[in-house]
Amino acid sequence: MVTVTTPLKAESRDLNFIYNGGHRALKGINMPLYEKKITALIGPSGCGKSTFLRCFNRMHDLYPGNKYEGQIVMHPDNTNVLGAGVDPIEVRMRISMVFQKPNPFPKSIYENVAYGLRVRGERNKRIIDDKVEEALKGAAIWDEVKDRLHDLAFNLSGGQQQRLCIARALATDPEIMLFDEPTSALDPIATANIEELMTELRDRLTILVVTHNMQQAARISDYTAYMYLGEMMEYGDTDRIFTNPTRKETEDYITGKFG
Amino acid sequence: MNTEASTLKDLDAVRSMIKRHKLNDYIFGAVGLSFIMLILLTLLVLFIDLIIDGYPKLMSWDFFTSFPSRRAASAGLLSALVGSALVMIITFVSAVPMGVAAAIYLEEYAKKNWLSEVIEVNVTNLAAVPSIIYGLLALGLFVYILDFGTSILTAGLTLGLLILPVVIVATREAIRGIPVAIREAAYAVGATKWQVVSQHVVRYATGGILTGVIIGMARAIGETAPVITIGALTFIAFLPPSPVTTSAPFLNFDWLWSGFTVLPIQMFSWLSRPGADFHVNAAAAGAVIIVVTLLMNGIAIRMRYNIRKKIKWQ
Repeated sequence: MVTVTTPLKAESRDLNFIYNGGHRALKGINMPLYEKKITALIGPSGCGKSTFLRCFNRMHDLYPGNKYEGQIVMHPDNTNVLGAGVDPIEVRMRISMVFQKPNPFPKSIYENVAYGLRVRGERNKRIIDDKVEEALKGAAIWDEVKDRLHDLAFNLSGGQQQRLCIARALATDPEIMLFDEPTSALDPIATANIEELMTELRDRLTILVVTHNMQQAARISDYTAYMYLGEMMEYGDTDRIFTNPTRKETEDYITGKFG
Repeated sequence: MNTEASTLKDLDAVRSMIKRHKLNDYIFGAVGLSFIMLILLTLLVLFIDLIIDGYPKLMSWDFFTSFPSRRAASAGLLSALVGSALVMIITFVSAVPMGVAAAIYLEEYAKKNWLSEVIEVNVTNLAAVPSIIYGLLALGLFVYILDFGTSILTAGLTLGLLILPVVIVATREAIRGIPVAIREAAYAVGATKWQVVSQHVVRYATGGILTGVIIGMARAIGETAPVITIGALTFIAFLPPSPVTTSAPFLNFDWLWSGFTVLPIQMFSWLSRPGADFHVNAAAAGAVIIVVTLLMNGIAIRMRYNIRKKIKWQ
């Protein structure tokens, strides 16, 4: 049920993406991203959902030869994230990301969360301490780690590491948080924790999540987009997509006939 | 009944086949092991032979605290030990920052085009250039053009050049070992390339870099040809000026310009004397060089082990 009052946080307009080798991985993607909602991207492997997600924080810029066409506009300031004059680092300061496999730095738990603040030039220890605590609480891992903040992050379990990575992404007050299959490397209990955490985070920021798990999309997202072969096949209210898809392809995918 | 018999028969065939195939495992294992033993044994025999030959000298403290002398009995290693140590300092200071910086540039900053390909091939080739060529280069460049003379500085820079490719290659390998996921994690929170390189990549690659550096240094300490080419003296009965002084500014760089000798040259000089009594000194010096080299390699292995234990990637 799309309420007309929900403000837009970002939208992609006629987005095309061409990989270094010339492969056109995204073809004319149009999609809104509503503020403080969870939007899920689903689709079979290789459909371009991760590619699309990584456009939002310009991760493709790290590798030479990749090319964007079209726009991703952020509101309310109407900044085109993909604009030639926009520094990808500026974009990453506003949009943070959580990866498929937990990837903490080989540093202490504290330093992992503090790193984003240090990159932003924060030197005041009191402020960093507060922000680290707040982020760890926000990522529902504070109680588990508060007594060992200076232990190596690698000593945590996989699920804890992923929540630490969420805390790291949260510490810098991002406007949008990108999740690239955040639970695919985790066991069911850790997955449930992360899902619960994501629904809590919805109160604070806008979430775009790639998932290959349709039940997950149905459980946590407000909107769902089904992608196939680099195209946006269908976008809409999650409830509607899963109960009454308009396209045959979407129905085939979500009912497991294909994919 | 019939089928059972045939299965059993087949099983026998399978077992004998596995046995035959496994024989190859044993043969290869045995051949490989004997080769390794052969190599190790050669080194061990050589080392023990040196120790036995040099035993009287190695057991006397005077050997390590006296200058060379015309009489074999009172000749010692002091100036060679000090010379080697000082030369190694220059080698370290010149090769490590340059090599690490070059490797970081090649790996992280350089655009992948024909120029970087050419540089890449050349760096790898440099590691294979005979060391005496480096000596000739140094003789022309450092001794004649830059007029550094036959000094500790010249020798240190020469050996620095010699191990530069080793440091570059080892550093690049170590940098490549850092998982992409860790770099992306750092970039994703808004780090610049320099922040990613200096605060993550280089730090996590320290183990590998140090290993390369120490192995390079261990090679440099045993090098004779390039140091002879630049004209190092073989008879040094004095020590260079001390690098540390008791009065301000406490540091003194006159030693850079001092004449010197190093361990392998001292050994070479004793070896080329006709008297058999000097050969005892040569054997003892050889044993010292091997011990120093093994020690440095041991430290490298230990360091790598310690750092790998601390930084593990899942």
